[in-house]
Amino acid sequence: MVDLSVRIGDITLQNPVTPASGAFSWEYNDVIDLNRLGGLVAKTICREPRLGNPTPRMAETEAGIIQSIGLPGKGIEYFIDHIVPEYAKFKPPLIVSVSSESIEDFAALARELSVPDVDVIEANISCPTRNSTGGNFAMHEDHTKKVIDAIRAATNKPLWVKLSPNAGDIVSIAQAAEEAGADALVIANTFLSLKIRTDNFRPALGNKFGGLVSPALKPIVLRMVYQVAKVVKIPVIGIGGVTKAEDVVEYMLAGASAVGIGYAGFRNPTALVTIIEDLEAWCDARGIKKVTELIGAIRDDDMETDTLVAASVGV
Amino acid sequence: MSLEPSDKYTDSALRVGERDTYPERLVGEFIGTVVANEWVNAEYKHMILAVHERALGAYAGQFFHLLCPSPDGAEVWMRRPMSIYRVDRAGSRLEFLYKCEGRGTRGMAMLGPGDEFNLAGPLGKGFRLEPGWKNIVVLGRGVGLATLAPLSQLAAEAGVGVTAILSARKPEVVMSRDLFAGLGARTEVVLDSDGTSAVDNVEAILERLIAEKRADAFFTCGSSRLLKLMQRIAKKHAIPGQVAIEQIMVCGFGACYVCVRTFEIDGVKTLKRVCRDGPVFNLQEAVGW
Ligand SMILES: Cc1cc2nc3c(=O)[nH]c(=O)nc-3n(C[C@H](O)[C@H](O)[C@H](O)COP(=O)(O)OP(=O)(O)OC[C@H]3O[C@@H](n4cnc5c(N)ncnc54)[C@H](O)[C@@H]3O)c2cc1C
Ligand SMILES: Cc1cc2nc3c(=O)[nH]c(=O)nc-3n(C[C@H](O)[C@H](O)[C@H](O)COP(=O)(O)O)c2cc1C
Ligand code: FES
Repeated sequence: MVDLSVRIGDITLQNPVTPASGAFSWEYNDVIDLNRLGGLVAKTICREPRLGNPTPRMAETEAGIIQSIGLPGKGIEYFIDHIVPEYAKFKPPLIVSVSSESIEDFAALARELSVPDVDVIEANISCPTRNSTGGNFAMHEDHTKKVIDAIRAATNKPLWVKLSPNAGDIVSIAQAAEEAGADALVIANTFLSLKIRTDNFRPALGNKFGGLVSPALKPIVLRMVYQVAKVVKIPVIGIGGVTKAEDVVEYMLAGASAVGIGYAGFRNPTALVTIIEDLEAWCDARGIKKVTELIGAIRDDDMETDTLVAASVGV
Repeated sequence: MSLEPSDKYTDSALRVGERDTYPERLVGEFIGTVVANEWVNAEYKHMILAVHERALGAYAGQFFHLLCPSPDGAEVWMRRPMSIYRVDRAGSRLEFLYKCEGRGTRGMAMLGPGDEFNLAGPLGKGFRLEPGWKNIVVLGRGVGLATLAPLSQLAAEAGVGVTAILSARKPEVVMSRDLFAGLGARTEVVLDSDGTSAVDNVEAILERLIAEKRADAFFTCGSSRLLKLMQRIAKKHAIPGQVAIEQIMVCGFGACYVCVRTFEIDGVKTLKRVCRDGPVFNLQEAVGW
């Protein structure tokens, strides 16, 4: 049977399938066995209790959903005292996503979150509805460098950095994060979007703008993962539009060491476990002994140029 | 499992009679089979589904999250929350009563006997009957009646008397009267078409039921106007109550915080998740919408 385990820096995941921050909580244990996941990823936490954005927080479009939640939560104290222990009941490593509007506070939060039951700090520097100096640092290289430098100095925990697909040149931002000491890059957060209702001329979301979430974005994020993985030495975690085991394979071929899944778990609450089982079967059927063989294994140096062959590949 | 590349979404839901690999789980993803899906009037349909036995743990006020087929070839991205209308444990069936409105419910309306339908649940906290309650009053309007209907089943099983006040625009769209009556509830219909649904009249009915000692607790769903009325009268007479609330949902499991609404507890406004903290809440804590 295939060995599905992957290493992300000093952390070993039993398989490359993790949930995406904000699209998951320990409450999913009602429907799936959380001990089967590669990791547990908590919703992005901020210092103060926050109510989040006005409703409606989600709207459907022709090609996916747009959402703007606004990082609601009960604040860091409550998180450490009440939510971390909920996750600590399960075996997979706990990845805690964190966000702040100021560099100093971001670093302080990372320090305070460096408690024994937290295995990884994921710096969410890419919340699409914040601006580049106020939390969405991943829009600019220099802001990225500054904030990750500060967080790096504040914690010895493995540090993953979640990047934005809205930045002009994600490769330079990824390099800035690597240079500042990130242990892994998470690519990517959601695409900033807008929907306007034609019945009353109002934005469909209470917060006006929201992040687009859709399997249609997978080819775009896959391209970003490929470009970044080519130039950085640290592992990349691909997030965007994974709905089946072949999508995990595709991200790994592009250079990702693991994936994160949001939407598919909304559509099918059992999806993450099914994808893990399907991935195992997919590898076994092909005699793949270690799933890590797939990482970066895209064959793009001896390209066939028959356009008919290229056009007929299934999805 | 097919090893061919597929364009289908991953799906490991339980079909009727299939071996349950997670019997200890509270909730499941199921593939039910449609037994019937008929119009009850011009706007509402009644669906009966044969489901896996794990889905039958559902109780009044809980909901399922339904993966509706597309009515038009384009994708329906999110599930639709729908209250349990009836649980038939002996027959292994779940029933829903739903209003055909947007794309999801129109897609659902296209299903016919034998078709498969993916549902996740049961989700949320439903209605609770407290031991001291001998008689309850249920006040509902529109789709709210679908949510309140199984309460009459719960009450009947617990030997609690029910008076159901059913509010509707006109006589043709009064729903669930037979279901309530069939379970021994006394029903009163109030209509917009003859003015009996006006707040003053409903208030008079509630006051009369209190005087007749038929109102140990209040239950409502489906109308902000009726919620406010019930809150006022319940407060005046110190009658406990519960209300079922709706909100747009994404996950249904308490993870995404899309489904929040404002509640007021001891004068302090807070947000709660309808899917996980509800959909049934303390009557006095709900802030009308
Ligand atoms: C706990 C709960 C129980 C419910 N029980 C019933 C029931 O038993 N019978 C019934 O007819 N309806 C019920 N509803 C309302 C039902 O969910 C909506 O009518 C349905 O989602 C509309 O989907 P649509 O595609 O037809 O409409 P669209 O307007 O196309 O939907 C667009 C989006 O808005 C959401 N939405 C629209 N209206 C509502 C609403 N009132 N509540 C929540 N989300 C909404 C949809 O889910 C979808 O995500 C319930 C809602 C909740 C929250
Ligand atoms: C409802 C919702 C809430 C989200 N909240 C967060 C969040 O708090 N922090 C974060 O880093 N990403 C958040 N995201 C983005 C996801 O983590 C993920 O990057 C995105 O959904 C793309 O993955 P998918 O295509 O598998 O859904 C959220 C997404 C959704 C749909
Ligand atoms: S729908 Fe996700 S928290 Fe309620």
